[in-house]
Amino acid sequence: METALIKYLCRFIKNKNTKTDNLILFRYSFTEWPDVKESSIEATFLQKSSRHRLMLSSLTQSAVLCVSVSSSHLLRLYERFESLDRENRGHLRKEDFQAVRELSMNPVGDRIIGSFFSPGQETVDFPSFVQVLAHFRHTENDRIRDGAQKEPANSTARRLKFVFQLYDQDRDGKISRAELLQVLREMLGMQVTEEQLQSIAERAIQEANQEANQDKDDAISFDEFRKSMEKVNIDHKMSIRFLE
Amino acid sequence: MSGVWRPALFLCTLLLAVSRGPTWARTRTNDSSLNLLKTENPTHPVHGNGSESGEEPITTLPIVSWLWEEVKPPYLVALWILVCWLCKLVIEANHHVTEFIPESALLICSGFILGGMIWGADKVQTFRLTPYDFFHYFLPPIILDTGYSMPNKLFFTNLGGILIHAIIGTCWNAASLGLSLWGCQIGGAMGDLNVGLLQYLLFGSLIAAVDPVAVLAVFEQVHVNEVLFIMVFGESLLNDGVTVVLFNVFNAFVTLGGPRINAAEIIKGIISFFVVAFGGSLVGFVFGLLFALLSRCTKNIQIIEPGFLFILGYLAYLTAEMLSLSAILSIVFFGVCCQKYINANMDENSVRTMKCAVKVFANGAETMIFVFLGISAIDKSIWVWNTGFVLLTLLFILIYRFMGVFFLTWFMNLTRLVPIDYTDQVIMSYGGLRGAVAYGLAVMLDEAKIEEKKLMVSTTLIVVYFTVILQGVTMKPLVKWLKVKRAASAEKTLIEKVQNRAFEHILVAIEDISGQKGNNYLRNKWFKFEENWMSRILLRPSVRERQDKVFNVFHQLNLKDAMSYVVEGERRGSLEFIRNESAFVDFKKKFGEDMTMSMPDIMADMSDDRSAASSTRKESVPSVSLEVHEQAMRGTRAAEGLDSHHLLQQHLYKGRKQHRHRYSRSHFDINKDENEIQEIFQRTMKSRLESFKSGKMGVAPPKTITKHTRKEQQQKLQNKKSKSRLSGDEDFEFSEGDSASGYDTSFPVRGGYRPGAGIENPAFMPDVDLPLQIPPWLEDVDSVAPSQRAQVRLPWTPSNLRRLSPLRISTRSSDSFNLAEAPGDHQDDQLPPPPTPPPHRDGDVV
Repeated sequence: METALIKYLCRFIKNKNTKTDNLILFRYSFTEWPDVKESSIEATFLQKSSRHRLMLSSLTQSAVLCVSVSSSHLLRLYERFESLDRENRGHLRKEDFQAVRELSMNPVGDRIIGSFFSPGQETVDFPSFVQVLAHFRHTENDRIRDGAQKEPANSTARRLKFVFQLYDQDRDGKISRAELLQVLREMLGMQVTEEQLQSIAERAIQEANQEANQDKDDAISFDEFRKSMEKVNIDHKMSIRFLE
Repeated sequence: MSGVWRPALFLCTLLLAVSRGPTWARTRTNDSSLNLLKTENPTHPVHGNGSESGEEPITTLPIVSWLWEEVKPPYLVALWILVCWLCKLVIEANHHVTEFIPESALLICSGFILGGMIWGADKVQTFRLTPYDFFHYFLPPIILDTGYSMPNKLFFTNLGGILIHAIIGTCWNAASLGLSLWGCQIGGAMGDLNVGLLQYLLFGSLIAAVDPVAVLAVFEQVHVNEVLFIMVFGESLLNDGVTVVLFNVFNAFVTLGGPRINAAEIIKGIISFFVVAFGGSLVGFVFGLLFALLSRCTKNIQIIEPGFLFILGYLAYLTAEMLSLSAILSIVFFGVCCQKYINANMDENSVRTMKCAVKVFANGAETMIFVFLGISAIDKSIWVWNTGFVLLTLLFILIYRFMGVFFLTWFMNLTRLVPIDYTDQVIMSYGGLRGAVAYGLAVMLDEAKIEEKKLMVSTTLIVVYFTVILQGVTMKPLVKWLKVKRAASAEKTLIEKVQNRAFEHILVAIEDISGQKGNNYLRNKWFKFEENWMSRILLRPSVRERQDKVFNVFHQLNLKDAMSYVVEGERRGSLEFIRNESAFVDFKKKFGEDMTMSMPDIMADMSDDRSAASSTRKESVPSVSLEVHEQAMRGTRAAEGLDSHHLLQQHLYKGRKQHRHRYSRSHFDINKDENEIQEIFQRTMKSRLESFKSGKMGVAPPKTITKHTRKEQQQKLQNKKSKSRLSGDEDFEFSEGDSASGYDTSFPVRGGYRPGAGIENPAFMPDVDLPLQIPPWLEDVDSVAPSQRAQVRLPWTPSNLRRLSPLRISTRSSDSFNLAEAPGDHQDDQLPPPPTPPPHRDGDVV
């Protein structure tokens, strides 16, 4: 159901481009948030026939989205999505992201861009866009989650996974030395020599291995990564207020 | 504890030595009421004394003579500045102390000590801060600095909230305090005081404003998040203007007297409030624009052009003062409005000079203010104590500040996209420090009209000390305790360290992607207007071109180059395969030969580099270091760890937040940042180009290539072209790209890059690799030149190599794109002479 909905929404957004004049704004909101619930999704068309609305509302009666973003923010993100999508294709491609000026001045900018694209995908549509951003939503401490529910994107584990995958570019579940070096080189200025980088990477891997009392391979596994990041308050560091 | 005492002792001895100067001078001249800072009328005594000494008959030519009277006022001023700055020096010498106690509090305390010494010597306080000096000499540089160094974007983004707090909040503070005190007096809480309602309101208005000097001094050391910072800081800046206006209005009311105030007068007061506030801002704005215009043509007097900032700023201040408009607002907006244009128009050195000088003045003035705030306290004659009045004032100030902030933020949060949460509100409330502005206004009160002036002055001083010292000291623990979002603390493991910094970058990137600032309609309008009109008028033409185009041009060039490269390459490659299957091997060989022939240095470089790099990476370093680590003692290990930590600490790129949006009165380090950004920018652009190419190359399935005939290929190209035309020329169809390209984005390390994994077409492999070997920041003309030569020799070599460095954006930028768009012989005549790969030379290869 969930994927059906997402697909539908995608299609919907795409269609919008062909009939730009009568579908001006698309808005859907989750009545219940922050938790993922059976949520009814309401679509508001500013100038649209009721047929579409009916279709959509029936479709979404029992839909579950694992995107936990509140409606007003969703709307705002959609506006942002549109403004990034300068040619109204209904999906974003790498170049759309790359056109954001600030990103090219961010040492990890291209990595972040890469993280929006799942393997084998050249484009990212709105739902996935939001899902990636949902990693950064602010968490409330007092939230009670029952086990049956799907884990929201901004749980600590999923955040860690997200960060881990920023390093682990080939997605083999390990941060190899080369991958770590690559990150280091991006993060450090050019003032550092190759040898220094090597030794830093070396030490980092060693530390991680020691921390987890694990095998001394030449890479950092996810477990090791998690252990070495234990003291870092991920929830605190990886939340952006406006995504609440 | 000894660390605390040592500097204190040093301070005492130092000050004893220094303060002997003025006291001795004073006894000599028998000038009992010397007021150091009254430099505005220094001439009379000097002149008189001078003529006196002239009366003595000269019997012989004096070799040297004692001319103290001539130099006394400036001499004392200079001496005091020196003393105050030395105080700061002593305080800052020990970071253990300033970590817990804010510098401003320490400066006030050293002022106490200084004042005590003077009092001990004279039995009367000879030096004090006069309102005139404060408002004319000390305040302007500070406010100018804040305006000039204001993080504009942040400021205007939050302008609504700031204004609400600055105007409504201040009025609320003033009114509630005045009314409550009045109520308490009627209730009999303060004994017998002859103060009317209007006087209370006047008092309330002068003490209502949060002081920018004090706030900044404290908040600079407590690294809170930027929104919170700008809210408190912006409010403190603007409400100074508000409070001065309020003060003037109530002062006039007091002069008028109770009975003669009717509705009309009150309305006039309100109108005057707005006129004064907006008029002041307007004056500043006009002066700012004037300055921007002026800076367009100061190229020939570069050596003094930084001075214009101060002169025009000061003139803006004085003009507003002259027109009885808000001088503070005037100079704030002067700085805010001119900063962008003058920074762009003026020479880099001038800009740097201005930035430094403005900090020198502001920081110096701030130091003086705090020291003199301390000195002023040591004076028996100003102190009148009324426990009820003082304590109630303190209490009400704190309570009403909290109430006001919470109510206004609640109100603002109704419309705010990003609500300000409770902890931030607490800090905002608690950050309501009062400072020298309140004191200056209190001293300006007219004793003839307000009998309890002394009480008010001493209460103001108490409030200032209480807020600056007590709240200042407790601010940091409070911020810690409430876990307000702030800068990171110590990290343990290396990966943590890297990751912590990475988090900053990630957050920034995500904010950029998700457009944190939103697409505000008004802001867009303003940007357009600014772009179209303001920049055109106020910026030098050369600057304007340089400014906004660099990124776009570079970005597009990169894409175009990549595009043409791919198109060219595909056609070449595919054709080659079509004609001759066996060329597969030849091709590579030939290519390699050509390469080595045309650019031996690079090839050598490349192979060297690669082999060296790979060997170090794969063998030498790991094994060696592993060995070392396994065999080494704990000690060396720790040392090495320290070393790595230090390295990281030193060289990790700073997150944007840390440097861009922070205003600091005492630091500025803009240049390094810009270099870093440049570096990152270039690298990113390069890596994008590379990844694009490699993705494209690695992916293009050979099957399809072989299938296409030349005609088809061209048709396809044309289709593609028309498609991309439809969709706008800055974008390209990447339909053939593949996921792998997404993760090969690395430029410098090719660890993630697996040679041979996706690359079927050997012709492009060396080429893909080639630019990787030349880091863009190391690049210079020498390393680019061979590639140009190469282009002539190798028609299929893309034209991009000549543009490896962003400075080399040429007018030929669109050539390759044209070629890509319309491959045909008729294009020939449009080609510029050498470097582009002419498509009609297809024939040679085919």
